[in-house]
Amino acid sequence: MKTCLVVDDSRVIRKVARRILENLQFEVLEAADGQEALDACKAAMPNAVLLDWNMPVMDGITFLKHLRKEQGGKDPIVVFCTTENDLSHITEALTEGASEYIMKPFDGDILEAKFQEVGLI
Amino acid sequence: MTPEDIEHLAALLKARSGLILGADKTYLIESRLAPIARKEGFANVAGLLTSLRTRRDEKIIHAVVDAMTTNETFFFRDKTPFDQFKSDVLPVFAKSRVSGDIKVWCAACSTGQEPYSLAMMMDEARAQYPRMNLDITATDISERCLEKAQAGLYTQFEVQRGLPITMMVKNFEKVDEMWRISPKMRQAVKFRKMNLLDDLRGLGRLDVIYCRNVLIYFDLETKKRVLEQMATMLADDGYLFLGAAETVLGITDAFKPLSGMRGMYVKNMAANASLRPSMPLRAAGAA
Repeated sequence: MKTCLVVDDSRVIRKVARRILENLQFEVLEAADGQEALDACKAAMPNAVLLDWNMPVMDGITFLKHLRKEQGGKDPIVVFCTTENDLSHITEALTEGASEYIMKPFDGDILEAKFQEVGLI
Repeated sequence: MTPEDIEHLAALLKARSGLILGADKTYLIESRLAPIARKEGFANVAGLLTSLRTRRDEKIIHAVVDAMTTNETFFFRDKTPFDQFKSDVLPVFAKSRVSGDIKVWCAACSTGQEPYSLAMMMDEARAQYPRMNLDITATDISERCLEKAQAGLYTQFEVQRGLPITMMVKNFEKVDEMWRISPKMRQAVKFRKMNLLDDLRGLGRLDVIYCRNVLIYFDLETKKRVLEQMATMLADDGYLFLGAAETVLGITDAFKPLSGMRGMYVKNMAANASLRPSMPLRAAGAA
């Protein structure tokens, strides 16, 4: 079973994403900010990270930059999932090594299609 | 809604668009036509339907036919038909089409995602096929859909369905809360209003036809007529793409499935030789 770390400061969003991902046969882990996510990744690298941008303590893009410097940190496939929907944010995310980008609001169809696009499903 | 009203609507839809209104479609009628009933000042959908029978207002008839057609589509829908174009159609035509021009028709293109997906796919393949050029014509019966397709303006929801983010970044710009496809892609597709029940031959000779998830709404005779007309327009070495759940089997032998290629069909040359002289057309009184 593949693992996906859901990183979002909203408990509701984490719950929605968890339900969708579990239906897609993922084992789901949760983190409420970038620092928590980084700690979780250091403990065990997930196959995928669904990543919010704006969060307290450490935001998504800072987490991604740190993650890619960790040992084995280039392996997880990172998919952003954020309300930031302008080209400059999207381009920055792709430059830093995100594979896909979901603009909120999202639904199960979009998440599934994006995960298919990057070969996670 | 009286059974007579529904019967009249069904006959009108079939005559105007080929669309077959299945049994028990009261909910569909209600939800699709309520906005028109409101806009035209009828008390309810039943009132609109009654007036269709008694007044024969062409403007309202148009709006009703338009609203009853299904326009569901998204970028790179089903993915396979686009992968097949790149991996199986392009290499063949790269050898057989000396001019480099490939004429493609997207029949019933709705809001334009299918032709634009082909244009973007070709743009990605440009480095590998520098001399190839897709001449894409996309047609639909719905003016409302064609206007949107031509504007190339899509919601955030629409650009997220099926479109890889790198292609979105490359080919779209954000306009307020919408996303507009680039002028380069808009120029790569010619949109045109066309009813599949009419004479289609004005499109000329075609190398590839995409006609996906359209024929499912037609009855057997209409399917046959449309497919056989397409066979006369398609180059002998051309390709027809149908929807994943569609087939020509049991409808016509003008086409045969391409083995191992789901949804792809080629002309059945033996059958086409006998087909040509008596091509059925609406104008010739076939229906």
